[in-house]
Amino acid sequence: MIRARGLEKRYGGKRVLRDVDLDVDRGDVAVVTGPNGSGKTTLLRVVAGLLAPTRGELEVRVERGRLGFLAHEPLVYRELTAVENLDLFGRLYRVPERRERIGMLLERFGLWDVRGERVGAYSRGMQQRLALCRTLLHEPELLLLDEPYNALDAEGAELLDRELRELAASRTLVVATHDPDRISSLATTRVAFG
Amino acid sequence: MSGYIRDAAALARKDLLLELRGKELLPAMALFVLAMLVAFRFALTSEQEAASQGLLWVAIVFTALLALGRAFVPEREQGILDALVLAPCDRSAIWLGKVLATMAFLLVVEAVALPAFGLFFGGVSWATVAAVVLANVGICAVGTLLAAMAVAGRAREVLLPLLFLPLAIPVVVGGVGATVADDPARYLAFLGLYDGVFAILAWATFEYVVVE
Repeated sequence: MIRARGLEKRYGGKRVLRDVDLDVDRGDVAVVTGPNGSGKTTLLRVVAGLLAPTRGELEVRVERGRLGFLAHEPLVYRELTAVENLDLFGRLYRVPERRERIGMLLERFGLWDVRGERVGAYSRGMQQRLALCRTLLHEPELLLLDEPYNALDAEGAELLDRELRELAASRTLVVATHDPDRISSLATTRVAFG
Repeated sequence: MSGYIRDAAALARKDLLLELRGKELLPAMALFVLAMLVAFRFALTSEQEAASQGLLWVAIVFTALLALGRAFVPEREQGILDALVLAPCDRSAIWLGKVLATMAFLLVVEAVALPAFGLFFGGVSWATVAAVVLANVGICAVGTLLAAMAVAGRAREVLLPLLFLPLAIPVVVGGVGATVADDPARYLAFLGLYDGVFAILAWATFEYVVVE
């Protein structure tokens, strides 16, 4: 599903990615590890198509609308409610039976009771849960998750553990994390930076 | 095509909702344009009042600049442009949504500014109203593209006026012409042509601006 050879990314004179090779097959769970600033986020952004590599070959065999991207930021509007945010993305992603899907995700991630509140009033952990709802809304084939456990409390982290176990059975996952032990049991491929 | 329009409408509706909640932009724009018109009223002597027709257009262009400067702020501050760019919709729908929302803000502010201008300087012709409506299309089409370009840069507050004002000169020329000429049709047609050309250019190039 993803094949990269000799990927390099430079910002001006600074080389962030250097000669990265990556092979991820359908159904794989690839775990990308490394310290802060080692290029994990850049790799995910390059694979998502948000950044163009400076050099190297990259082939990602998935349509744009079948990719789910969880970034450092929740990528939701703070002035809108959870339902309004998910409804907007549901429309853009042409999610069938949008309202039912939104309701189901909000319920599953424990946000149903606060669905009508502005996201700006949410804690960072709740925003991360909403970001996960946004990422999973259109049932993507390929999930790119950048530090998915970021800001989650113990309950939220356990919820995500269960979710990832389910997703790993049917989807392709690339997870960037500095805490690889958390999902080591699911990992089929490992990429270490730094 | 209907999906494209639906996407643009959903994005425009989101911007209107954000403004309705935040109430940041419209009051600032209305105050700004009214303050400009009041300043112009006191700056001009009775012999110079013919110049007021040109100053109306200066006020409109600079007020539009306020809206354009804020157009991509929510997306920039919260990184949401990434999520929008990854959606399977045509990326130019993001541009069209912003154009529609910015145009709605401008129309609301002009609904305040034009009567105020009429009060201070005596009357607003139908040709002026038609020119303002046509100018809005061009200003928002070009300005939204430039706002998306500027928002990615470090000196975004400086960059947008530098890019936008030279491209707004034809709008001012057409607008003033339609306001003062005996036969405004020629100038209205000029504004229509500007709208058409620049809307197509902005629509076609927006994708390259938002993707690296």
